[in-house]
Amino acid sequence: MDNLLSIVTFMPALAALILAVFLRGEDEAAQRNAKWVAMATTGLTFLASLFILFEFDPNDTGFQFVEEGTWIMGLTYKMGVDGISVLFVMLTTFMMPLVIAASWSVTDRVKEYMIAFLLLETLMLGVFMALDLVLFYLFFEAGLIPMFLIIGIWGGANRIYASFKFFLYTFLGSVLMLVAMVGMFADAGTTDIEQLLTHQFGSESFSLLGIQVVGGMQTLLFLAFFASFAVKMPMWPVHTWLPDAHVQAPTAGSVVLAAILLKLGGYGFIRFSIGMFPVGSDVMAPLVLWMSAIAIVYTSLVALVQEDMKKLIAYSSVAHMGFVTMGIFAANQQGLDGAIFQMLSHGFISGALFLCVGVIYDRMHTREIDAYGGLVNKMPAYALIFMLFTMANVGLPGTSGFVGEFLTLMAVFQVNTWVAAVATTGVIFSAAYALWLYRRVVMGDLIKESLKSITDMSRRERAIFAPLVVMTILLGVYPALILDIIGPSVAALVTQYDTALVAAEAATQLAAN
Amino acid sequence: METIILFAPLVGALLCGFGWRAFGETAACWIATGLLFLSAALSWIVFLTFDGTTESIQILRWIESGSLSTDWAIRLDRLTAIMLIVITTVSSLVHLYSFGYMDNDPQWREGETYKPRFFAYLSFFTFAMLMLVTADNLVQMFFGWEGVGVASYLLIGFYYRKPSANAAAIKAFVVNRVGDFGFALGIFGLFFLTDSIKFDDIFANVATLADTQLTFLWTEWNAANLIAFLLFVGAMGKSAQLFLHTWLPDAMEGPTPVSALIHAATMVTAGVFLVCRMSPLMEFAPETMAFVTFLGAATALFAASVGLVQTDIKRVIAYSTCSQLGYMFVAAGVGMYSAAMFHLLTHAFFKAMLFLGAGSVIHAMHHEQDMTNYGALRKKIPYTFAAMMIGTLAITGVGIPVWIFTLGEIPIGFAGFQSKDAIVESAFAAGTGFSFWALVIAALFTSFYSWRLMFLTFYGEARGDKHTHDHAHESPAVMLIPLGVLSLGAVFAGMVWYGSFFGHTDKVATFYGIPYAEAGDHGAAKDDHADDSHGDDKGKKDEHHYAFAGEPGQGALYIGPDNTVLDDAHKVPYWVKTSPFAAMLLGFLTAYWFYIKNPSLPGRLAENQRPLYLFLKNKWYFDELYNYIFIQPALWIGKQLWKKGDGDVIDGTINGVSMGIVPFITRLAGRAQSGYIFTYAFAMVIGIAILITWMTLSGGAN
Repeated sequence: MDNLLSIVTFMPALAALILAVFLRGEDEAAQRNAKWVAMATTGLTFLASLFILFEFDPNDTGFQFVEEGTWIMGLTYKMGVDGISVLFVMLTTFMMPLVIAASWSVTDRVKEYMIAFLLLETLMLGVFMALDLVLFYLFFEAGLIPMFLIIGIWGGANRIYASFKFFLYTFLGSVLMLVAMVGMFADAGTTDIEQLLTHQFGSESFSLLGIQVVGGMQTLLFLAFFASFAVKMPMWPVHTWLPDAHVQAPTAGSVVLAAILLKLGGYGFIRFSIGMFPVGSDVMAPLVLWMSAIAIVYTSLVALVQEDMKKLIAYSSVAHMGFVTMGIFAANQQGLDGAIFQMLSHGFISGALFLCVGVIYDRMHTREIDAYGGLVNKMPAYALIFMLFTMANVGLPGTSGFVGEFLTLMAVFQVNTWVAAVATTGVIFSAAYALWLYRRVVMGDLIKESLKSITDMSRRERAIFAPLVVMTILLGVYPALILDIIGPSVAALVTQYDTALVAAEAATQLAAN
Repeated sequence: METIILFAPLVGALLCGFGWRAFGETAACWIATGLLFLSAALSWIVFLTFDGTTESIQILRWIESGSLSTDWAIRLDRLTAIMLIVITTVSSLVHLYSFGYMDNDPQWREGETYKPRFFAYLSFFTFAMLMLVTADNLVQMFFGWEGVGVASYLLIGFYYRKPSANAAAIKAFVVNRVGDFGFALGIFGLFFLTDSIKFDDIFANVATLADTQLTFLWTEWNAANLIAFLLFVGAMGKSAQLFLHTWLPDAMEGPTPVSALIHAATMVTAGVFLVCRMSPLMEFAPETMAFVTFLGAATALFAASVGLVQTDIKRVIAYSTCSQLGYMFVAAGVGMYSAAMFHLLTHAFFKAMLFLGAGSVIHAMHHEQDMTNYGALRKKIPYTFAAMMIGTLAITGVGIPVWIFTLGEIPIGFAGFQSKDAIVESAFAAGTGFSFWALVIAALFTSFYSWRLMFLTFYGEARGDKHTHDHAHESPAVMLIPLGVLSLGAVFAGMVWYGSFFGHTDKVATFYGIPYAEAGDHGAAKDDHADDSHGDDKGKKDEHHYAFAGEPGQGALYIGPDNTVLDDAHKVPYWVKTSPFAAMLLGFLTAYWFYIKNPSLPGRLAENQRPLYLFLKNKWYFDELYNYIFIQPALWIGKQLWKKGDGDVIDGTINGVSMGIVPFITRLAGRAQSGYIFTYAFAMVIGIAILITWMTLSGGAN
């Protein structure tokens, strides 16, 4: 199969097109059809993506399954995956059927809803596979549109404000990234990511508007991309759109947002910042490390006082993404391994946590923590599953949450012990806010009258959680499943990064003499 | 066989927790219990047949990243073997005991199933604890470390309807996490310096660590001392040492079998085990070891002082546990790891028994825990009384002072007598005056509160609800059998293993598989004199023939060439050897005076010394202090960061900038939702158009 990647990427979009063109009516049959089409498509996409995984050769650190062709207006269509991106593709295809299953009870504009999610899947897959700058930009920016729609149409009461805030944040970043891409093209004369990765962008310091720019061109490019990725991540202090977006988004939207969309930023940092601007990254790393450490402590403290379940988990997500950026900019093997692992694991865990909120939101239509209490009495299965993911979120060894946290902290200790010490306090705070949430919602006696008739999880709900439970424990006990695949590519990237830094250092010395 | 020991409890936990609907409630509990007895039987076989050579069994790969390589693996050496028997023995007996204790628990309503869950948690705990002690690297140990933390959290909060139980469960987990913060940094540091987290590799490198300076936070530190300290912070949390001890008394919210297993015999000793396991590192970290000694002694004294005035029977024993753990740390701190392990072993037996005995009393008294409502129970529950008496004799260290009589070289007495005296003598021999005196005074307090507990519970007049007293009944056989088995340990463990843990150098060395050498220099000369002296003296001089040798990592413990505490401890003056005995006697007499002879005296004394009484009664106000300096500020800061930081500063700035300066966006904000999505898409298309135009103008892509 020469164009496996394209098949996987565009299968959901094709289904969306079919839905848009052929499915008519808003009756129950039409709704059911829309759901089943979406379910079957995402399921098939996942199965197709398994071929990528099985055929993938981890020891080949270059891009595999590469497809290249000319496209409109002299542009190139180029797709491919390497050890860094292949598992993000898998994460996306794995999560989407669960997301569709979690939306089974949607009744409002089902067809459009499913179309939005199917398009979103295509665009997200495209981001991880695109090997051309223009193509990447297209997927990256267009991916936000379905997300706007999902929040804006199927969201909560304050959805307009939330999606506007989301928009405001991402807009500035996008513009700067676009400018940077033009700059890159001007410098390298190509938009091929594979070639850009081997291109040496200028790193001689120069003075701009009277300010000495250390690391020169690379630093400027780094900053432009940083503006976009940091918002997507999101990093402190540009994280405040996330809690609002999560609170307003429907459950499935939150799951996609937390599990996959947040990873676009992290992937971008690894592919572009570390891969193409090593000197710029090195110059800015201390700043990013400190922002990460602050994010971990700051958002954990904020999570401690939240009254809305989704907000609490959203803040906890920001803290966990802090570990990711910290690992990436520690820029060593453990750091990057840990960052990728943490992103994948956070996909399962935070996805599951938002689903946990969804389960009781569907029943009680409130996310207010105080509205609950004592659910364990009526919902033992729910209590068990929520416990597992709470512990995974806290980073308990034996769950996947531990491996990423542990590796990134271990990595940053080698670079900066202050950052390591500050970030490690996160293990204390996360235990506090997560268990405190669990206690208020699940533990205690069931006193509230409104909760007396609440029912435990249905078969469908259990079936959605089952794969997530398996992944969380499996990856916690045997992380080699991920580390074996990403290891060689990461090692190659680290070597390239270090070599580039040494070369730049030598060049500076030479210039000085 | 080791693999079966390790995984049988896990299988039991899963079968019992998830399969009870299929097997039936009772059968599920018996499956879990049966598998634990299997584990226990195999553990004893391993312990008794163990020949001292370290074995290593790889099970599965775990975290591998660059030069970091971690396996799931079993390391079996003497330390592990000791822990195996402690854990599986106490755990299997506690399982058995729980059949009686958890039956018809009044916390639950009619028709609710809770026993399989309880047994599953107990078995899961046992599995995690076994992972901790069999780990061959620090990360697997951390797995067990956190695993027991979770099990402890689940079991403390087992009565999930009780708010106090839920609060205690969270407190236990979070305070332990404070310790884990140090532990984790210690692991990171070790990996940074030795490029490995496997014990073997670390031990091979400890000598260089002692000469390495490591920049950590604001300044440079001696690497060995710093890492040892960070690891010890972890131990402080798990073993409830001073400053991180506050969770342990609250943990008594859990059912009593849990207190016996987790919060007395096994989990809380994990910190002691960690320090002993890392003995090669500790031997190169003298400053940290001095701190360990000091903190252990301070904890022993502090906890014992609080124990004097508590009235809840379980809390008295909890503070007693805290205090006894302090003893173990003193032993480890002065370099007598073997004595620490000795006390760990004997303490596991007699403390588990005291807790189970207390549980039996509580069971008899319909879940009344306040000792002021007990009294005169000796006749009502005679077997429990006998067991508690043995436990008390053991913990207070009753025995025959060595200058009166010894059996060969073995002092005669209850288990606590040999192991506690070993620690007190070691503390004196190591020349740490403060810790020696602190431990002697703590021994006095221990004796007082233990006898106070006995007198208040079993002697005097029946107090409190008459109805409860009338219906007080002896516990069923499933609860008494574990008491009987443990009392064997409480009586004989000290005498049986005295030689192995605290005998001559050669015996101890053989026991742990440590190489030893002929000390040589003046051995022959001494021999001539030895013939005509006492047997006891002869023993002391004989052992001068031998000294610990070998490199770090050879054998289960490492004892440095300068560490002669074992020899010195055997040579301390008689007044030192007798001082714990005297303290014990004095404590007993005081308690007798206070609670048998003159029962109104304690009340009057509390009245006279009100501030002191309240200070002790309120546990030195640690909880209040922590609430005031940690919890409230954390919540306040969180609230400020949320409302002011996120709200006013960040959102305010962004809104201000965008709304105030860019009129384009202001207009957008007024529009409907679809309006700016369209704008966004439009902007993107424009962007791509610009990009493409640029590329076409500058010569086209590729």
